Amino acid sequence: MNFDFTEEQTLLDNMVTSFVRDNYDWETRCSIVKTEEGWKHENWSQFAELGLLGVPFSEEHGGLGGSPTDLMIVMEQFGKGLVVEPYLPSVILAGGLITNLGSKEQTNEIVPKIISGDRRYVFAYAEHQSRFDLFDVKTSAVKDGDNYVVNGFKSVVFGAGAATHVIIAARTSGDQRSKKGITLFIAETGSQGITLQNYPTIDEYRASEVIIENLILSKDSILGDIDEAYDAIEEEIDKSTIAACAEALGILEVLKDTTTDYCKNRKQFGQPISKNQVIQFRLVDMMMEYEQAKSILYMAITSDLSDPIERRKAVSALKSRMGQAIKFVGENAIQLHGGMGMTEEYMVSHYFKRATMIGVLFGNVDYHMKRFIDLTQSNIEKLEN
Amino acid sequence: MDTAFSKEDLAFQKEVRDFIHNNYPQSLRDSINAKRKNGEDLSREDFTDWHKILGKHNGWSAPSWPKKYGGAEFTPTQKYIFEQECAKAECQYVMPFGVNMVGPVIYTFGNDEQKEKHLPGILSGETFWCQGYSEPGSGSDLASLKTSAVKEGDHYIVNGQKTWTTAANHADWIFCLVRTNPDAPKPQQGISFLLIDMKTPGVTVRPIYLMDGSNEVNETWFDNVKVPEENLIGEENMGWTYAKFLLAHERSGIAGVARSKKAIERIKQIAKSEMSYGEPLIQDPAFQRKIAEAELELKSLEYTELRTLAKDSAGKGPGPESSLLKIKGTDIQQRVTELAMEAVGYYSNPHLGSTLSNEFVGPDYAANLAGSYFNFRKASIYGGSNEIQRGIISKMVLGL
Repeated sequence: MNFDFTEEQTLLDNMVTSFVRDNYDWETRCSIVKTEEGWKHENWSQFAELGLLGVPFSEEHGGLGGSPTDLMIVMEQFGKGLVVEPYLPSVILAGGLITNLGSKEQTNEIVPKIISGDRRYVFAYAEHQSRFDLFDVKTSAVKDGDNYVVNGFKSVVFGAGAATHVIIAARTSGDQRSKKGITLFIAETGSQGITLQNYPTIDEYRASEVIIENLILSKDSILGDIDEAYDAIEEEIDKSTIAACAEALGILEVLKDTTTDYCKNRKQFGQPISKNQVIQFRLVDMMMEYEQAKSILYMAITSDLSDPIERRKAVSALKSRMGQAIKFVGENAIQLHGGMGMTEEYMVSHYFKRATMIGVLFGNVDYHMKRFIDLTQSNIEKLEN
Repeated sequence: MDTAFSKEDLAFQKEVRDFIHNNYPQSLRDSINAKRKNGEDLSREDFTDWHKILGKHNGWSAPSWPKKYGGAEFTPTQKYIFEQECAKAECQYVMPFGVNMVGPVIYTFGNDEQKEKHLPGILSGETFWCQGYSEPGSGSDLASLKTSAVKEGDHYIVNGQKTWTTAANHADWIFCLVRTNPDAPKPQQGISFLLIDMKTPGVTVRPIYLMDGSNEVNETWFDNVKVPEENLIGEENMGWTYAKFLLAHERSGIAGVARSKKAIERIKQIAKSEMSYGEPLIQDPAFQRKIAEAELELKSLEYTELRTLAKDSAGKGPGPESSLLKIKGTDIQQRVTELAMEAVGYYSNPHLGSTLSNEFVGPDYAANLAGSYFNFRKASIYGGSNEIQRGIISKMVLGL
């Protein structure tokens, strides 16, 4: 039994840590989020140079053939620096779908271009009525000769403004909430028939509404088998959920440490406020929440992700528990900083906002709690008989 | 024990309801809704329009003030009814700094000239006030404040910095706690209560932006500000006594029961429109339970507040129990902002009204709900943090 990183993983960890230290000091980050695009191309080029864009991809395509642990390492450090470049939605989520479903021709063409930084793909899945149900897809793709005509609306697509291509989940058969009948299509974001409405998010990332009107796509733009995309979507969203939780863990570490330091230095009534037992116990509780969150992340990362049932259980256990830790550590970090914590000027509020929005991403506490219950409790009778 | 409204109370309720219906300006409603949707700060007019209308109607802008100072002098029950009706109709609240804070200090401790000069403007809403209490080094430990006022002839010369000054960017006047005797044996004993005209040379206001991007609070700097001695309230070095009096007033309205009730209703409306697992969210048992828990806590708080009011009307004063209202009231306010954010799922993400985008996305009701959750983290910090309030209860109520 050991939870240590391998030598390669330690090198990766050091590399990302130095990238964040050297390129992502607080002022630089604040200037990036205020720009029109909200991310920095030079950083993306540097990700390419450092090999970070290739972490999850196979070595035959020029990637590092990295594991979920490698992605966890990257995302945890990105969390500590509040790195805003769309690595999670494009490299991990969209990249995962392409690896999972792409034909040999597609992966040969696309993956090297993602790794080199020339292309960024994002995945448009959510719709207004779908909430967190990945199979609830209204956007339709109707066959018309050799082509498909796609119509619909995708909500809150992270990183779409920065993307060259968008992967659209569309219904090719079945009811709106049927798992069968969902097909993925790849389109250039600039295609006629796609309108992006870009906006900043409350945590200073970028997202877009994607309006799709009579978008005409050839059958070559289909990713995977017609009607059969659901299992891969669920799998890749699950893996991305782990990565998002790694980012959250990095954020919680900063919140916990910053708050502890602040309480040691902030003096009221002639002494540091950390001399008050109520503050001490709160900081201890925050530390314990952080440790519990870290443990459940390690649980998920070391579970058998190739077994769909195990994977679903582990991911929902992780996301639900992480969401609770985010709320406790985040809210108390603000509370113990007092008025300072409320300000835009001071960094702790930015970490709190990002962590909170990760809590919503790919399903909130309730959603994953229910999924976990459905997977672990509704079958108890069956198991006992 | 009887909590039913009397015939007179019911008549009063109808009077208030009708008055709001006939007099609350639609233009104000539209202005505030548009700003909420776009994430913009409210203007001075947004804060004062309704105040001014109430000020012209039997002193309704100042529900607690005695009639002889132009107030409404409502009974506790009337005050409760009035607050409920205003919340139900989603009226903009009257800013507390003049009416609830400095006003009672002036008519309790001020001299006749001060009453004559300041009370009419507070009542009518013509004069906008803000509060100069907290300083960068003096938050929970307010008595350690350093802003100094040194007597020179018939003036005080004020130097220092106040912070978290709500609405200082709109205000005409600020009431300040200043240190007039740095050598007093206890820090509380060297503090005075001073009224300062914001237009005096040397007063500078700098905005502080909160994490939702709003500019509600400010830094207020004093650089050799010359304040006439007639602006001192009561006696020099007795300011702490007046401040404590004022803090009790600040807390009495802080439970915000009626507004939280309205907020829960709004969440239910949102949850009817939002879908979850293919059904309206309002049918999701996990979410139903959370709404119900908030409702039950609020119901309890409503009766806790009524019990406090009843005691208050018997002349016993709100007392340290008002800390309970502050803690529980703000807990619930924070909880409902969280539930509203949770209800809209992914549509809590868009940040509207930032300089980068004014284009509206998502359903109308989702606008700025995450911003509101983030903004309301302030509630357990301001007005004496909830830790400080617990300290008050443990010391003053439990005798620990």
